[in-house]
Amino acid sequence: MTEPVKSAAPIGALADAEPVAPPRSQWRDVWDQFKHHRGAMIGGVIFFTIIATVFLGPLFWSLDATYIDIRARNQGPGWGHPFGTDQLGRDNFARMMAGGQVSIAVGLIAMLLALILGSFIGVIAGYFKRLDGPLMRLTDLFLSLPLLPLLLVMVLLFRDSLNAVFGPEQGIFILMVSAIGITSWMPTARIVRGDVLALKEREFILAARSIGTTNTGIITRHILPNVMSPIMVSATLGIANAIITESALSFLGLGFPPDFPTWGRLLNDAVVYLQDYPERVFWPGLAISLTVLSVNYLGDGLRDALDPRIRGR
Amino acid sequence: MNLKSTLTCATAALALASMAQAERGSDGQVNIIYWQAPSIMNPYLSGGTKELEAASMVIEPLARYNQDGAMVPWLADSVPTVENGGVSSDLKSITWKLKAGLKWSDGTPVTSEDVKFSWEYCTADGGGCAQIEKYLDVTEVDTPDELTVVVHFSKARPFPYGPFVGAQAPIIQKAQFKDCMGAKAPECTEANFNPIGTGPFRVTDFRPNDVITLEANPHYRDPNKPAFAKVLFKGGGDANAAGRSVLETGEFDYAWNLQLAPDVLANMEAAGKGKVISAFGTSVERIMVNFTDVSASLGDERGTIAHPHPSLTDMAVRKALSMAMDRVLLTDIGYGPAGKPTCNVLPAPAIYASTANDGCLTQDIAGANKLLDDAGWARGGDGVRAKDGVRLSFLFQTSTNAVRQDYQALIKQWWSEIGVEVELRNIDASVFFGSDPGSPDTFQKFFADLEMYTNNFDGTDPESYMSNWTCDQRPRPETQWQGNNMPRYCSDAYDALSAKMATVGGLEERAAIAKELNDMLMQNYVILPLTHRGRVAARSNKLGGVVMNPWDSEIWNLADWYRAE
Amino acid sequence: MLTYTIRRLVLAIPTLLFISLVIFLLLELAPGDPMAQVPLTVPPEVKQQMREALGLGQPTHIRFAKWLWQFFAVEPMVWMDHTFGMTLAEGQQRVISWQTRSPVMDIVIQRMPQTLWVVAMSYVVGILIALPIGIYSAYRQYSVFDQVGTFVTMVGYSVPPFFSGVLVIVIFSVQLGWLPSIYDTTLVVVSWDTFILQLKQMVMPVMVLALQTTAQISRFMRASMLDNLRQDFVRTARAKGLSERSVVLVHVLRNSMIPVITVIALGVPQVFGGAIITEQIFKVNGLGQLLITAIQANDLPMVQTVTFMLAVLIVLFNIIADVLYGFLDPRIRYD
Repeated sequence: MTEPVKSAAPIGALADAEPVAPPRSQWRDVWDQFKHHRGAMIGGVIFFTIIATVFLGPLFWSLDATYIDIRARNQGPGWGHPFGTDQLGRDNFARMMAGGQVSIAVGLIAMLLALILGSFIGVIAGYFKRLDGPLMRLTDLFLSLPLLPLLLVMVLLFRDSLNAVFGPEQGIFILMVSAIGITSWMPTARIVRGDVLALKEREFILAARSIGTTNTGIITRHILPNVMSPIMVSATLGIANAIITESALSFLGLGFPPDFPTWGRLLNDAVVYLQDYPERVFWPGLAISLTVLSVNYLGDGLRDALDPRIRGR
Repeated sequence: MNLKSTLTCATAALALASMAQAERGSDGQVNIIYWQAPSIMNPYLSGGTKELEAASMVIEPLARYNQDGAMVPWLADSVPTVENGGVSSDLKSITWKLKAGLKWSDGTPVTSEDVKFSWEYCTADGGGCAQIEKYLDVTEVDTPDELTVVVHFSKARPFPYGPFVGAQAPIIQKAQFKDCMGAKAPECTEANFNPIGTGPFRVTDFRPNDVITLEANPHYRDPNKPAFAKVLFKGGGDANAAGRSVLETGEFDYAWNLQLAPDVLANMEAAGKGKVISAFGTSVERIMVNFTDVSASLGDERGTIAHPHPSLTDMAVRKALSMAMDRVLLTDIGYGPAGKPTCNVLPAPAIYASTANDGCLTQDIAGANKLLDDAGWARGGDGVRAKDGVRLSFLFQTSTNAVRQDYQALIKQWWSEIGVEVELRNIDASVFFGSDPGSPDTFQKFFADLEMYTNNFDGTDPESYMSNWTCDQRPRPETQWQGNNMPRYCSDAYDALSAKMATVGGLEERAAIAKELNDMLMQNYVILPLTHRGRVAARSNKLGGVVMNPWDSEIWNLADWYRAE
Repeated sequence: MLTYTIRRLVLAIPTLLFISLVIFLLLELAPGDPMAQVPLTVPPEVKQQMREALGLGQPTHIRFAKWLWQFFAVEPMVWMDHTFGMTLAEGQQRVISWQTRSPVMDIVIQRMPQTLWVVAMSYVVGILIALPIGIYSAYRQYSVFDQVGTFVTMVGYSVPPFFSGVLVIVIFSVQLGWLPSIYDTTLVVVSWDTFILQLKQMVMPVMVLALQTTAQISRFMRASMLDNLRQDFVRTARAKGLSERSVVLVHVLRNSMIPVITVIALGVPQVFGGAIITEQIFKVNGLGQLLITAIQANDLPMVQTVTFMLAVLIVLFNIIADVLYGFLDPRIRYD
């Protein structure tokens, strides 16, 4: 974060600006900047509201997401069922909350996994010329593999062993998250590498190297902060992707058991009922969009806050 | 079939005849949508239903089944029987007579040589003919004259209507296919995509997995048919979109296989552009009960008869599972008017349908609980029953399909009410119905305690269908897990009765045996039938002459379709 | 740069061969059966005979070698025969699909018109909309335009095509009756009227697909522009007295294009195989639908051939992107 100060203030001004307050930590600065970012604050509030509802809500809502009340099927919104019920009479509100737990967890973790893997490979490939060729060919290979057969092979090879080690639910969660992560890191890697290729020829990197900064130092202090924006964009797009991909996986029998709701699956199941019960599509659609939007604004705010050039402006 | 429906059919047929007295090709184009697109027009090279039905517009058999399951002559002038001398008294040969004056769509005459060739084509080595079962036991096909075909069987065949009957075994033109025998079959792309046929239409453009355009066959045997000059046969998309294009937007005239939630279909129909039609064949959605232990710890012996299932071999458990289900409600939610709750794995034709098991239609959770209590399965602290350390906890698998997942969820809840714990699993249909011995998820390997799917049989004779549950049909490692007896049920009495059926000729007696076989399976709770499923289609209000047929190709009478304004 | 390009192209050959091997092995390993769609009424022994007729009984390495020969030798020969009227491929077995028993390449060529009309067009439209939105949103960061743009693109991206596609069909085909819900692949544009019909059937799928492209590319464009707008060289350029237009559209834009070029290059192969859901919803039946039906039917020769052709595009466009980096930022050197 302490990039060589480029916009150095004129000497005269420096003399005037004796620090009046005690020195502040860098993270304090970041937070100050962050909380002045209106979008980020709204995004943050919405995001935490969603998380709180989804994870704490079931404690206050007695209906179970998988309980079938067949006489109450296809009900519209009402007091007993604020979001109505589905074709089997399961409470949609409970299903939205239960589904949100999985979707948010899968979305965030799979996105993080893809992001870390992608950024790591991208940075290494861009920075070390010798590794560029092999790593980028590896990326080409992964981009070329057909997704569906790849996922089926993963189920075949790993489902039973993961289930044996971690138990059915955790095993499936791990399998699903890694399946999404492993099949979606490639764009991030290529984008980051492209940026790093350009960055490492810039003067400040040259300067850092000339004062003997190690490669690790250059990467963590100079390269990474400067590729934050494409990474942040990849992150927000990645969450949406992961939530939707999760629903596709459950159709292959790779996801959670079929009676277990997730947002992607609720949306998918509701599409046939689009004309008859439009509210069933509305809620999961809204939840996914809101989550993605709020993460996007959080990301915007975070990036601005981390950028020393605009911090304190 | 009762008198009333016979009359309705007859009047419908009369009305049809008078309406369709128009000129050939006077009604323009008919648009048909199959959401699974056909990939070839040769049913001998692909057993798929979509290909079979697409091909039925062009190539035809000697006889086929009508909407009531009765056999009607098609290219033959009558259906041979023992009574009319067409079938020899030793049941080892059958003599067909072609209608006189039949022409292929290229104008050449149809002869008995073409019929014989169709048999040779399907049985040629290395061809991988999908319909070879239809020509089982055929030793020779004789052609004494241009219009006569004699089929000889190696042994007495009480039901000799396999060869050249139904959409599965049509007659193809010798001149066109003579260089396409056996291993050369795939090289004949032109013939496979554009077969010369006797049917009402001929292909003008075939785009595999996309769209077929056809035009009226100028040499069709009835000079006034077909009423339509062209057919657009579109494929792709999903059932929902196909239904919408007929019932709501009116872009298409006929949509096939609309397996949709009943209320969705009803709402589409309410738009007033078309009707949902259905007809019942022999399809039954059923749950198979696994008699073998499938614990992963058994390694190579998993799912084999070496290890009987710890709890499902107890008949009380199987019976309780059956009693706890409300088949009426399931069917109502999943299929609506396109399904009937059933207690038989052999629900049709009517003469084969048993009534001995109909008690299962009433759900009896209290009874099921009592049955399990009496059998010593006591509820544990978590509400799950157990006996001698064996818990009633089952893995219940099926293919991915919205209706099946609804069935699974409902059944899970009922079973939990009788103290049975269920884990649900859904598997992609291409894996589940595939027979890859390397995959643990196929319906044949059945590495689960219970599984659900639909099966049926071709035509109206249940002999080979009922032989599915004989001992040697059990899938096992030695057969690369192939076989039809998924429950791995094995009973000498059943095997003997099934073998007897293959030798008995009289229809009444055959029916009695078939019912008895069905009752044995049902009363031992080897298979838990749920729903007798019909075919569902949608037709536009502007389309007349459609007679839904569950026993043959659905569009068997395309020649009689016409434009109704 | 030229030597670099040539070296990469030469290196691409072993890479692609390796990729084709990995794809082949992956498909071998994947559970599945070309007979899965055959009705259960067909007995298992018959299915086994059908599998053998497809050549499934042969060992893996022989089938791979056969495919290599058919794809790299026979198919080019067929093409040459077709173009120059020669007879090189006489009697040679081409890559044959298991579903249709016909040459895979013929079907691929048959699918090109609708793929290009709909999917490629939507990609171009998407890019053309995305770039100005991205540039202007960054230039006027946190303006109303930027906020609305962010909102629309993010919602657009989080709403999957299986929903948005059905939604537009319900609105424009069912309720309003303006547009056809089913794409007619047999339509040939020969006159003004057929052109209008073609436009009508293209509008909805292009809209749905372009929304996804636009959302993705405009976000990267905006982020990258924001980074560069704050750089010193922008201040220098402004100080030099360059017009604002030329500062933004020449200096900043050029330096911001690297991630955008990467994303665009990554998306091109998707055009020819990634629009599966949208193609299915509108019954466009392009290459994406071809690939997915082949995967579901376990038609290995078809899947192998189509995925390999996509792999060629992926490798090729990544090379193009790398070469373009050099032009956009001359400091990037590959040697």
